[in-house]
Amino acid sequence: MRLTLRVWRQRNADTPGAMSTYDVDGISADMSFLEMLDTLNEDLILRGEDPVAFDHDCREGICGACSLVINGDAHGPERTTTCQLHMRSFHDGDTIDVEPWRASAFPVVKDLVVDRSAFDRVIQAGGYITAPTGAAPEAHASPVPKADADSAFEHAECIGCGACVAACPNGSAMLFTSAKVNHLNVLPQGSPERETRVLDMVAQMDAEGFGGCTLTGECATACPKGIPLPSISAMNKEWLRARRKAARG
Amino acid sequence: MAVSGLLMLGYLVAHVAGNLKVFFGPEEFNAYGHWLRVMGAPVLHHAWALWLVRIVLLAAVVAHAVCAYQLSRRDVRARPTAYVHRRRRASYATRTMRWGGIILALFIVWHILDLTTGTVHPGGFEEGKPYQNVVDTFSTWYGNVIYIVAMLAVGLHVRHGFWSAAQTLGVGNARRERLLRAAANTLALVLTAGFVSVPVAVMTGVVS
Ligand code: HEM
Ligand code: SF4
Ligand code: FES
Repeated sequence: MRLTLRVWRQRNADTPGAMSTYDVDGISADMSFLEMLDTLNEDLILRGEDPVAFDHDCREGICGACSLVINGDAHGPERTTTCQLHMRSFHDGDTIDVEPWRASAFPVVKDLVVDRSAFDRVIQAGGYITAPTGAAPEAHASPVPKADADSAFEHAECIGCGACVAACPNGSAMLFTSAKVNHLNVLPQGSPERETRVLDMVAQMDAEGFGGCTLTGECATACPKGIPLPSISAMNKEWLRARRKAARG
Repeated sequence: MAVSGLLMLGYLVAHVAGNLKVFFGPEEFNAYGHWLRVMGAPVLHHAWALWLVRIVLLAAVVAHAVCAYQLSRRDVRARPTAYVHRRRRASYATRTMRWGGIILALFIVWHILDLTTGTVHPGGFEEGKPYQNVVDTFSTWYGNVIYIVAMLAVGLHVRHGFWSAAQTLGVGNARRERLLRAAANTLALVLTAGFVSVPVAVMTGVVS
């Protein structure tokens, strides 16, 4: 296929960026979106131009490194990561807009690459357990009810890609933070820090300059891992519980 | 936002129920208006209970507006650069929360000047005669337009607001999702239909 790309180009954080238009040819429907960008970059390099910078790592939908807002959708039109999005989702002759995640907490580093270390600091604030873990323990040592185990697994799926923030009209990180809080808070291993975890992670999330949640649901629609919207309510419940407990002393 | 919103919502439910008394004729509606003032008597002095409700509501409106302002500022700051490729996000009710809220705030001011103080009321406003006052208001085209637009805004605002408040207060979960959505839609529909029925009744001559 032959496509027209309009890509956000920005030299670095301090210079303003703009959309640039490129034509790419010889794209097969089986290519991933990133392979399509590789094709564009090979072209640019041959022409002596600066290739488009974009984040990627595993290219199998598990690491959370890839990003891109494609035609206004975080990770593009399919419910998956950009690396797992294939060109069969587009048609010959299409014009495709490619932009970076937009949030003040995710400043643009170059072109389509943004700095997501705000997420790392949210994790550092409480996304861990303090118990020494060592080797894998005997599975029956601490029983976990099936429903709790399922919930922990569901939330552990979050790969920290930031699509939720990119899709949210308010640039809010509630879905990500709720995934991380709920993942550990439902498990017995996570219970010693149950209150401090939610209070500290939410405080860090606020300090990073993410927006406030107005429950638009755009995050859960964009999330490639299907973290559900009610997770936010579950985190609010944990937060209120922790605040009440702190107030009682 | 959730707590102040739910307070106002509770008031709206009581208000729409009270308004429907207009269908039982002037005596009953005016007597109801009178009761609002003697509510709580003889324990409370004349209109004390009413003033208590007014004070709580005013506090809720102010708190709701201040929170909305702070939240909106924070949200705008969090997305300093807009996307070039724009697309419609979220449902209509969700997208219109800010403008809807502003419309409702303006409506409340107009409404109090119209039917409580009578300042902007068309025709001879008479204290203690709410039935005639309501009929006069809905005998003007702009009265009908203002009220009906505001009531549609109320429905949309409640549709997203009620469900959203439940999430904020941590009441939502996957199992209750359908229940909460249904409750929000029912509340929105009942409020809008109930409120709108009054101007429609005056327009069609059912209430005169
Ligand atoms: C068709 C719809 C409506 C009608 C016919 C209506 C009618 C009235 C009437 C007659 C009163 C005065 C009661 C009295 O003084 O005895 C009143 C008071 C009031 N209404 Fe409404 N109303 C409507 C919708 C609404 C809505 C949607 C809101 C809120 C957004 C609202 C908020 C208020 C408030 C706050 C007062 C109290 C003012 C006070 O006594 O301090 N009304 N309404
Ligand atoms: S919640 Fe979903 S969209 Fe957000 S960071 Fe995690 S995987 Fe990505
Ligand atoms: S590159 Fe790892 S998830 Fe896309």
